[in-house]
Amino acid sequence: MDLFEEILQYVLSGLSTGAIYALIGLGFAIIYNSTSIINFAQGEFVMLGGMLTLFFHVTLFMSLPFSVFLAVLVATAVGVLFERLAISPLKNADPLILVIITIGGSILIRGIAMLLWGKDTYALPMFSGDEPLVLWGATLMPQNLWIFGITLIIIIANRLFFHHSIIGKAMRACSFNRVASSLVGINVKHTVLFSFAISSALGAAAGIIIAPLTMTSYDVGIMLGLKGFCAAIIGGMSGGIGTVAGGLIVGILESLGAGLISSGYKDAIAFIILLLILFLRPQGLFVKGETERV
Amino acid sequence: MKKELLKFLLFTTVILIAPVFLGSGYLMNVLVFVGIFTILAVALNLLLGLAGQISLGQAAFFGLGAYISGVLTATHALDPWLSMVIAIVAVGIIAFILGFPILKLKGHYLAMATLGMGIIVYIIFNETIDITGGPSGLSGIPHLSLGGIIFNSDIKNYYLVWFFAVMIILLSVNLTSSRIGRALRAIHDSEVAARIMGVNARLLKVQIFSISGVISALAGSLYAHTVTFISPTSFGFNVSIELLTMVIIGGLGSIYGSFLGAAILTLLPEFFRTFQDYDIIVYGLTLVVITMFMPGGLVRGVPLLFRSLFKKESMPQSNGKSG
Repeated sequence: MDLFEEILQYVLSGLSTGAIYALIGLGFAIIYNSTSIINFAQGEFVMLGGMLTLFFHVTLFMSLPFSVFLAVLVATAVGVLFERLAISPLKNADPLILVIITIGGSILIRGIAMLLWGKDTYALPMFSGDEPLVLWGATLMPQNLWIFGITLIIIIANRLFFHHSIIGKAMRACSFNRVASSLVGINVKHTVLFSFAISSALGAAAGIIIAPLTMTSYDVGIMLGLKGFCAAIIGGMSGGIGTVAGGLIVGILESLGAGLISSGYKDAIAFIILLLILFLRPQGLFVKGETERV
Repeated sequence: MKKELLKFLLFTTVILIAPVFLGSGYLMNVLVFVGIFTILAVALNLLLGLAGQISLGQAAFFGLGAYISGVLTATHALDPWLSMVIAIVAVGIIAFILGFPILKLKGHYLAMATLGMGIIVYIIFNETIDITGGPSGLSGIPHLSLGGIIFNSDIKNYYLVWFFAVMIILLSVNLTSSRIGRALRAIHDSEVAARIMGVNARLLKVQIFSISGVISALAGSLYAHTVTFISPTSFGFNVSIELLTMVIIGGLGSIYGSFLGAAILTLLPEFFRTFQDYDIIVYGLTLVVITMFMPGGLVRGVPLLFRSLFKKESMPQSNGKSG
C-alpha cells in the first residue's frame, strides 16, 4: 500500500468515527444551549444505545431494526428520567453542583449497565454483512456507509427541526434568551426536557451505528463522550455545522495520528486538541465573536 | 481559633493512640491507605471546597508524584527522601505552569480541561514503557528510612503516613483561616467581587492549584514508597472521581470532613468484599444523593438532620393544631 492509499484509509476511517463524535457533540450542544449545562452523562447514552440494541437483538432475539428502535426509545426515556430526577430539581444551582450531579449520574448509569451486562466487551453484528468494499485502494466496511448515511440524515433532520419546526424554533429562542422566551409564551421547562430527550436519542443512535465496528461495553461512554465534547468545543457549542466539522476534524486527526505516529497515543490526541482549543480559542474555531466561556 | 486547636489536638491524639487499640493486623495496612487518601482528599478540598475550583485530574498529580519518586529510586537508585523532594518540586512547577491556562476556565470548562489533563497523563504513564514500565507497572521501589528505621511494616508506615497527613491537616486548617483562605473564599463566592476588593484572583487560583498538586504529589510519593509497586490503574480517571466523592461525602470546605470521606470510602470495600464490584454504583449514587439532599456533606448534614428530626419530635402539638 503506498502512502496515498494509506492516508486515504486513515481519512476514511477517521471520517466515520468523526461522524460519531459529531452526533455526540450535537447532543452536548443542544443541552448546553437550552440549559448552560455540560452534561457529563452524554457519553453514557452512547453506551446505552449500543448495549441496549445488543440486549434486544442478541439476548431477546428481536429483529435488528426493532431492537434499534427500542434501544433509542429506552435511552431517550433514561435521558428524560435523568433530567426529571437530577437536573430539574436543581434548576439554578451553581455550575460546580451541576458538574458533580451529571458526573454522579453518568457513573450511576455506567454502574447499572455493568450490573446488568457485566464487564465483557460485545460486538453488535454489522447491519449489512462484513464484505469489505474497495475504494481507490482503501477498504471500507458497509457499516461505514451506514454511519455516513445515518449521520447525514440525522444532521439534516436536526437542521430542519431547529430551523423549520415551531418547537425547534422555540428551543433556539430559549438558547438566546430564556426570560424573553418565557415572556412570549414558550414553556422553558418543556424545552429543557425536550433537549435532554433529543440529545440522549442522538447519543444512542451514535452508539448503535458505531457498535458493530468498535465493539461495545459498559464503559465505552467515557471516551466517546469526551471526544464528542471535544467536537462541540471546536464548533463553539453551536449545535450546527461547526460541531459536525469539529467531530470530523477530531476523527481524522485521531486516525492519522494513530496510523502515522503511534496508536498508543490515539486517545491523547483528542484531549490535546481539547486543551489547546480551551486554552487558545474557547469560543470555538469557527465563531468570530467572544462568548462567555471563560 | 482555640476551638480549632482543640479539635486538631484531639484528632492527633486519636490518630496517635489508635494502633494501641486496633493492633497491628491487616487493619493497620488499610489505615495507611486511609492516611494517603486523607492527604489527597484534603488537597482536592483546598481547591474545590475553599476556592471553588473543580479538578477532575487530581490523580495526575498523585501519579506524577508516585512515578517521579518511583523511577528516581527504583531505576536511578537515588535517595528516597531526595526523590520525594524532587517529585514534590517538579509537580509544583508543572502545576504552576499548567495552572495559568487551566484556571482561566470556569465551571464546566474547568472540569473538562482538568479531566483532559488527567487522561493525557494517564496515557503517558501507560505508553512510556521504557521509563514507567507501562501497564505492567514499576516494582522494586525502596521503602523510606530514617536514622536506621526502615519503614517496611504496616505500623511503621502508619506513623509515617499519618505524620504527613496530620501536618497537611494542620497546614490546611491554618490556610483556611488565614488571609489567603479568606481571599480564596471570596473568589469562591464571587470572583468579580473578590477582584474589586483587590484580590489577585488569577494568581491566587493558580497558587492554590499548585499547592493542591504539591500535596497530591507528596501523597503519591508516600504511596510509592509504602506499597513499593505502582501501576497506571492506581492513577486513572476513577481515582479522581473517588477523590471527588470523598470530598463531597465529607463536605465541601471541611478539612476533617475530607478525612471522614477518605476513611469511609477506603474502609467500606474492606468490610464488604462485594462492594468492590459495585463501587462505581456507590460512588455515582453517593455523588448524586449527597449533592442533592445534603449539600454540606456528612459533617454539616448529619447534625442538621438530627436537629430536624429532633424538631419534628417536639412538633406534633403544632401539627395537631393545624391538622
